[in-house]
Amino acid sequence: MKHIVSIEDLDKKSIMGILKRAKELLPVAKGNKKSKTLDGKILATCFFEPSTRTRLSFESAMQRLGGSCIGFADPSATSHLKGETLSDAIRMVAGYSDAVVLRHPREGSAKLASEVSDVPIINGGDGAGQHPTQTLLDLFTIKEEVGKLEGLKVGMLGDLRYGRTVHSLSQALDRFKTRFFFISPESLSMPEHVTDELENKWSTHETLNKILGKLDVLYVTRIQKERFPDIEDYKKVAGAYKIDAELLRNAKSKLKILHPLPRVSEISTDVDDTKHAAYFRQAFNGVPVRMALLEKLIRGNK
Amino acid sequence: MSGNLLKVQPIRNGTVIDHIEAGRGRKILDILELGNSGTTISLLINVQSKKQKRKDIIKVEDRELDENEIEKLALLSPSARVNIIRNYAVADKKIVDIPEFISDVVQCPNENCICNNERGATSNFSLVDNKSIQIQCTYCGRKIDEENINFL
Repeated sequence: MKHIVSIEDLDKKSIMGILKRAKELLPVAKGNKKSKTLDGKILATCFFEPSTRTRLSFESAMQRLGGSCIGFADPSATSHLKGETLSDAIRMVAGYSDAVVLRHPREGSAKLASEVSDVPIINGGDGAGQHPTQTLLDLFTIKEEVGKLEGLKVGMLGDLRYGRTVHSLSQALDRFKTRFFFISPESLSMPEHVTDELENKWSTHETLNKILGKLDVLYVTRIQKERFPDIEDYKKVAGAYKIDAELLRNAKSKLKILHPLPRVSEISTDVDDTKHAAYFRQAFNGVPVRMALLEKLIRGNK
Repeated sequence: MSGNLLKVQPIRNGTVIDHIEAGRGRKILDILELGNSGTTISLLINVQSKKQKRKDIIKVEDRELDENEIEKLALLSPSARVNIIRNYAVADKKIVDIPEFISDVVQCPNENCICNNERGATSNFSLVDNKSIQIQCTYCGRKIDEENINFL
């Protein structure tokens, strides 16, 4: 394995290997234990559009393993504006580093980068395309929170049409005998190109109430205002898909709620203190998972 | 076949594209821009055929199709057969197979795909389904069906 462009680049065995290593690395990720596995190695973080969470968790992961980081968080500081192509920029950066994390507004940019780079390319999000490390940390969170990945009943709620995290996560979870419940307004339902590929059972629902009691995991995504031409429609929909502590009384006691963050109002703050809330730990999990992935890519099978 | 021969004479040198799906001939002329080549082109529409009920035939004089053109042809009409004619005889039969990878032939419909936004980038597609003809962009993953294919 050389590049991580899409979650499809990882088979089930590789995914399980990364999750296992991520768990071993938890004390290092928390700063309770030191590691030098990537001593002297350099990670380049190339962010052609801003993403604080992804960039900082990669930089934290690299530094926790004894490596260091170079890069940029804003393309206005680069030759991009002078008209440099992505291919040229990647060839240059690959010469300065042992691996490259790329975030870019255009779909397919990580794939293009992987064709010209001598060092591993990690896709840190390409437009509306893929964001495989988000999927890995989501899988890790589910495994840690619920105790297993196989055979779970997983609800996905909110903007399922445009939310790339739920697309990739569905593809990945489909390898683990997941039963899917897709909960969204009709206008934001899961696209056919995702559901067509699913081997496991799935169903769509316009409301959460009836199925909430069945779920082991509820993955909530943000419904964006921009998707609605009429602000009143947005308010109605956003209100109808809001999760609060009162609603969760009907849930399994072990139900875990995940959210890629940032949230706006889709999860009420009164959920934060319940045993259901897993989203802050999920955000932290980006560090150990990215550590495991960086080790695997930079050190290879050593 | 003798009836057909009377309608359009054999060509001395060039390419005969036979067994084109009926009705596709004009599109093939357009997309391969055969009409611009300055040579004589004959298009036969709805010719009676044994293999198919009806077919189209294109005869291109003094010009042999290249591999890139044959790839396009494969996507336009997989049933087509290409015969290269030299001195009135079939000198070569080209196999019109939809290739597994289609490079620099089809435009990605996704405006935000990197292949439409990077100087020097080539479009690359892989064949997903060769029966219904569905291809997928190697970069952004967008899938397109036969009727939505736009050629470069």
